Amino acid sequence: MIAITINGKQREVAADPDMPLLWVIRDLLGLTGTKFGCGVAQCGACTVHLNGEAVRSCVTKVSRAAGQQVTTIEGLSKLNDHALQIAWAELDVPQCGYCQSGQLMSAAVLLRENPNPTDQDIDDAMSGNICRCGTYPRIRLAIHKAAELQREGAKS
Amino acid sequence: MNRRNFIQSGALLSGGLLISFTIPKANKLAALADTADLNVFAPNAFLNIGTDNSISVYLSHVEMGQGIWTTLPMLIADELDVDLKKINIKHGGADKAFNHVIYGAQITGGSSTTWSEFDRYRNAGATARTLLLQTAATRSGTAVESCKTEDGFVIAGSKRYTYGELANDAAKLPVPAKVPLRLSTDWRYIGKGSKRMDARVKTDGTAKFGMDIQFPGLLTAVVAHAPVFGGKVKSFDAGKAKVIPGVREVVQIPTGVAVIADHFWAAQQGRKALQITWDHGAGVQLNTGTQTAAYRKLAASDGLLVQKKGDVKTAFTKAVKTISAEYVFPYLAHAPMEPLNCTVKIENNSCEIWTGTQLPGGEQAAAAKILGFKPEQVKVNIPFLGGGFGRRATPACDFVSEAVHIAKASGRPVKMVWTREDDMKSGFYRPFYVHNVKIGVDKDGLPIAWNHNIAGQSIMADAAILFGPPPAIDDTTVEGVKGSPYLDEIPNHFVGLHTTKEVVPVLWYRSVGGTHTAFVMETLIDQLAHNVSIDPVEYRRGLFKNHSRHLAALNLVAEKGNWNRTLLPGRFKGMAVHEAFGSVVAIIAEVSVDKGVTKVHQVDCAIECGLAVNPDGVKAQMESGIIFSISMAMYGELTFVNGELQQNNFYDYRITRMHEAPRINVYIVDSKEKMGGAGECAVPPTAPAVANAIFAATGKRIYNLPIVNNRLEKQA
Repeated sequence: MIAITINGKQREVAADPDMPLLWVIRDLLGLTGTKFGCGVAQCGACTVHLNGEAVRSCVTKVSRAAGQQVTTIEGLSKLNDHALQIAWAELDVPQCGYCQSGQLMSAAVLLRENPNPTDQDIDDAMSGNICRCGTYPRIRLAIHKAAELQREGAKS
Repeated sequence: MNRRNFIQSGALLSGGLLISFTIPKANKLAALADTADLNVFAPNAFLNIGTDNSISVYLSHVEMGQGIWTTLPMLIADELDVDLKKINIKHGGADKAFNHVIYGAQITGGSSTTWSEFDRYRNAGATARTLLLQTAATRSGTAVESCKTEDGFVIAGSKRYTYGELANDAAKLPVPAKVPLRLSTDWRYIGKGSKRMDARVKTDGTAKFGMDIQFPGLLTAVVAHAPVFGGKVKSFDAGKAKVIPGVREVVQIPTGVAVIADHFWAAQQGRKALQITWDHGAGVQLNTGTQTAAYRKLAASDGLLVQKKGDVKTAFTKAVKTISAEYVFPYLAHAPMEPLNCTVKIENNSCEIWTGTQLPGGEQAAAAKILGFKPEQVKVNIPFLGGGFGRRATPACDFVSEAVHIAKASGRPVKMVWTREDDMKSGFYRPFYVHNVKIGVDKDGLPIAWNHNIAGQSIMADAAILFGPPPAIDDTTVEGVKGSPYLDEIPNHFVGLHTTKEVVPVLWYRSVGGTHTAFVMETLIDQLAHNVSIDPVEYRRGLFKNHSRHLAALNLVAEKGNWNRTLLPGRFKGMAVHEAFGSVVAIIAEVSVDKGVTKVHQVDCAIECGLAVNPDGVKAQMESGIIFSISMAMYGELTFVNGELQQNNFYDYRITRMHEAPRINVYIVDSKEKMGGAGECAVPPTAPAVANAIFAATGKRIYNLPIVNNRLEKQA
């Protein structure tokens, strides 16, 4: 059995240590917000946080997460109220929506590390996440908007 | 409203008012539309109002990103006079009552949802509102004329009823043949728009896609497919696959060998362990190099007549200059973010399917045929679609059929999951095309002779199961050249078609013919303008003098996009205009070409689409189409060596990424013209606008797609 803490909850899974974290999350733990897009760390749809860092769960062996903290989109906020989630809805970012969990998880690390990202910072942090619907312009605006919401939140 | 559909009302078993549509039996498509069981099954409901005051809207089209989850309910909200946020929105299943009012099959495609449903959905809302008003009038003893609705209530004299209170009695009233629609001045949503109704569920992981279907007992299947189209399994040994923990079963199906396991990972490991000998068949003869040579040769001769005017041969003798061009377009994969997948559960006399499909009725019929069932024994559940772009509207029903075969062979409920590689190698591509064009111009630089031949496979031939045998001229191959506003103005022209056959199955790809025809037409017009040193906007204005919608889009983008702006050093601009799906889109692209690498920095876009029902939704679709087109133009290419596709995944089939996405400004023409589409309309003109900007930057014309295959050092 492999123990991992996922979204703050201690879970034990009977999995081959080589099984990618993505399929543990989706097929063994039933959390389907994290998506399968390419299987080879090219599209970012499977992005989750491992001890706070963005990783591509499709190429991360579950053994690497043993005893560690994993956060998925379901755990990004309790009430769908992370500044990014609010900004995403405010600016109507999602289209088909399939990539957006991964986009949000990548953006969340960016915003935590860099509360006032420039366009270049956004390019650097987000270019590993593909959106086939082409929501990039709105993702960019929404990250700026979320940064603004965070700053306002910090003031109040 | 369309005469094919008649509104009915009825009661729900649980109480309430149900607005549904029926199709007269005389209609050839009406085989299934029996509404006798309406009270129980309510299969073809468009709207229902529960006695608990709940309001549900069922979508005849599917949400794949284009925003109809918001736009269709808006139409009902305005007529019913309710707050859009109070509506429960659901995909309808497969039902002939949901057939497209024009295409005659249940299909989401052709950028048609909003304009094709504009009357039908408003009528559904208006019918319910009329019945509720009558019920309130009767109940209160007030004249119906003095009753009114107000955001989910009927006000009748001093009484104020919720819709839910009236729903049961309203369901007993006869439905008027014609109901009044509200005036546009009363619209709260139409023309103004709304935030997306699916945005919240798409930010917290709760939106369910086909890939996310899970229930107890459901197994996952991964399929080994022939490496070449048309290939078959000769023999296989599943011994090593079966011993992998989690693998339950290995079954042979018509399209390959399926490994069924407790979860995806085990199934994929099992597939890797299979030993299969394939009979490749004739498909091994396909090589992109020889295909290119063969198509170039074909397109160099006149094909089957598509369109002609005047005397092209004589006109060329009078031309002061002749311009010849040959364009090669590769096969393209749709590559939606959600790889294709389908869940199937078969019980004694029924089958239930969960899949993201643009073609629910087709999938239902295909599944029924495989199982020996009647279509009504197959229930199709449609979760959100993780992108479609045409690939989830495959008349051959390839991925659903495959999943049904697996479930049938296994006897267990199965979710078939394709990997990205499976999805990319599965065929149903945008066809490979070659265009050969010769243009003669007069002393003013205007075209007086235009000879144009296209070679490529017929998409409609591969869609025959849905639409019947294709005509000799498949419009999806030639649309955009055929009917071009430029050709209208050219006194002598000929357009010919060579329809080819290949083992590769082909399919409509977001904007279909426009993916290549707009590129050819718009880069040639740019060339003609440069030939006589006339500004490309001015040159087009001359040719659009009889095409007011083209002119409106062109003028708006030139004005708002500030065509004459001073660009930063190293930046260059290009433009293009194209009509598709009833709308005209004009694009200005600003690019740089640095050390041979093209970057698109900014795109300005104007659309003439008639009434923009949801303006921000139209803008989102323009942004989406522009970036889709940049992926296609810059990187999109599939190639074959001995029948085997050379591309695998996003590392060798590139998609535009964040750092490559331009700033985009969208402008909508204020228009009273007939409503057109939006979803696909920005794709055709963007690619040629980029190519025209590359010409401005480098002096080099792009004749071979994708752009990355061209050497773009600035020419001396």
